[in-house]
Amino acid sequence: MDIHEYQAKTLLAEYGMPIAQGGLAYSPEQAVYRAKEIGGDVWVVKAQIHSGARGKAGGVKVCTSEDEVLAAANDMLGKRMVTNQTGPNGKLVYRLYVEAGTAIDREIYLAFVLDRATERVMCVASSAGGIDIEETDPEDIIRIPVEPAIGMQDFQARQVAFALKLGSGQISEAVKAIKAAYRAFRDLNATMVEINPLVVTQAGRIVALDAKMGFDDNALFKHTNVSELRDKSQEDTREMNAADRGLSYVGLDGNIGCIINGAGLAMATMDMIKHVGGEPANFLDIGGGASPERVAKAFNLVLSDNNVDAILVNIFAGINRCDWVAEGVIQAMTKLDVKVPVIVRLSGTNVEKGRQILKDSDVNLITADTLAEAAEKSVAAAKSIADPKS
Amino acid sequence: MSIFLDEKTPVIIQGYTGKIGTFHAQEMIDYGTNVVGGVTPGKGGDTHLGLPVFNTVKEAVEATGAKASAVFVPPPFAADAIMEAAEAGIQFCVCVTDGIPTQDMMRVKRYMRSFMKDERMCLTGPNCAGTISPGKAMMGIMPGHIYIKGNVGLIGRSGTLGYEAASQLKAKGIGISTSVGIGGDPINGSGFKDHLERFEQDPDTDLIIMIGEIGGPQEAAGAEYARDHMKKPVLAYIAGLTAPKGRTMGHAGAIVTTVGESAAEKVEILREAGVGIILRPSEFGAEVEAALAKL
Repeated sequence: MDIHEYQAKTLLAEYGMPIAQGGLAYSPEQAVYRAKEIGGDVWVVKAQIHSGARGKAGGVKVCTSEDEVLAAANDMLGKRMVTNQTGPNGKLVYRLYVEAGTAIDREIYLAFVLDRATERVMCVASSAGGIDIEETDPEDIIRIPVEPAIGMQDFQARQVAFALKLGSGQISEAVKAIKAAYRAFRDLNATMVEINPLVVTQAGRIVALDAKMGFDDNALFKHTNVSELRDKSQEDTREMNAADRGLSYVGLDGNIGCIINGAGLAMATMDMIKHVGGEPANFLDIGGGASPERVAKAFNLVLSDNNVDAILVNIFAGINRCDWVAEGVIQAMTKLDVKVPVIVRLSGTNVEKGRQILKDSDVNLITADTLAEAAEKSVAAAKSIADPKS
Repeated sequence: MSIFLDEKTPVIIQGYTGKIGTFHAQEMIDYGTNVVGGVTPGKGGDTHLGLPVFNTVKEAVEATGAKASAVFVPPPFAADAIMEAAEAGIQFCVCVTDGIPTQDMMRVKRYMRSFMKDERMCLTGPNCAGTISPGKAMMGIMPGHIYIKGNVGLIGRSGTLGYEAASQLKAKGIGISTSVGIGGDPINGSGFKDHLERFEQDPDTDLIIMIGEIGGPQEAAGAEYARDHMKKPVLAYIAGLTAPKGRTMGHAGAIVTTVGESAAEKVEILREAGVGIILRPSEFGAEVEAALAKL
């Protein structure tokens, strides 16, 4: 789960991360009120969406008057902001964060991530801040693994601070900020804390100018203060509906809808579609069970994508039986009035019985025995729908 | 022979008396697994499925001589259950549970490494289908009848994709020595490399199939091991060619976040290491048949 910048800053500040004074606004008037409240003569108005690269998309404006704050807020609120991370539909801006402007001397990159190779939390830092870390020369990146049983030690934070070439006056403040980020990561079961940039101000202070946090969905049960920060407006509607129904869905650009049990088999089936010249419309894992209810929910979900010209159902019945899954597919299709061709491939326990039930039913579906056959028939069926003349 | 598990291996079930634990324990017993009892804290002294229930893994090991444990404990308590097994002297542990917090697994891994190497438990999973030595014994949730006994070793992250492969092999009359599920989580107990090492030593395994997917460094580690230390042929299939970057594809660990984690990159790494590539998931049977014919 991701959260907004202002939420991440609030959480990090509780662990001792220095942040600029700021306030949340839902309307242009409120944005001006926040600017007045903060005082000074420079403010930054920032669109709160679950995406980085907001600056380039017009989501971060430096303002030097209340009129400018009003104009910036008017411009951003209610818009769907498209960044290079949001996809073409963008994300709705309905909250703004108004922050006191900071006179920047230097920008630094600081992050904590889960490192799967070392199976530790990794501190990642670079003296080149405000950058895309993936495009940074690996030689300019400092990486320090933290032993989870011991936690981040002062000497490690000092190593990072000195490697960032901070002045001697800033080391202790930087150590405090680095350890704050680590403790927030650890205590809140984050998967990512990214402060990009962490800045040294012209007055020589350390301040987190931007902040991004992601959390381990499997650990949210431990942290109600984090799980309540979920902003559903920032999530893909279909993926969110799927998650709420216990299904795992990822939308893609193709036209062959997929209903499959198991993540690996789902990916493999999508690969197979691609190998025979088609494009999958989605990833969808309905879980091991493949009960009739789940199959019905899956059909609803896949059919909500208008690009879908055919649906491939590929179920491996292990503990369940194919005859039971076949009944479920027929039930779902009878109820839903599916208008696109449906290709069903069953395998596993009682497969002959399952196939017979499909063949004997009145429901209009295409059966396939192997994975290759299922993919080929799906691609052919989708083509005949997309281009009826061919 | 087989690795980890045969018809004699004494097995206990953690989370034994729960609905899921009960169902799969019965399946395991029916398959011929030597299940000797189970653990449910607070139900020690009871009898369940005709076998004794213990409060702690330690008591279960002392009373039954159990060597292996299958964990069917809910996510918030599963890490604790795995560590309990490691401490009690269990040698081989299968954790089926899906949804364990990643930081819990980091602690489990550190805890396991605090044991001397020859006293260290081998953990497979979490979020795996289990391990089966066909015709002998099964620990996990897989349907036993899709596997036949043979000379191919199988290591896979995914459950149902492993079933697909095993079924294709069975259709060709090709059997499996042992199939090991390593699970779909970002941090798991053991990886391809660990089990390639065991299969290389196993006299009854002649060829090994790795079934990987996007995300994580474990396929690359396996490739390096196969190149440097193995004489037996290794074939690999990597799922997720069509998976977009930065998106989690069902398994918590199936996400491309950094260089070398995409399916295309992994295929290249494996190919360069001399591992045979199965490009299409419909070709497990045919490719393995062809590779076996060359032995």
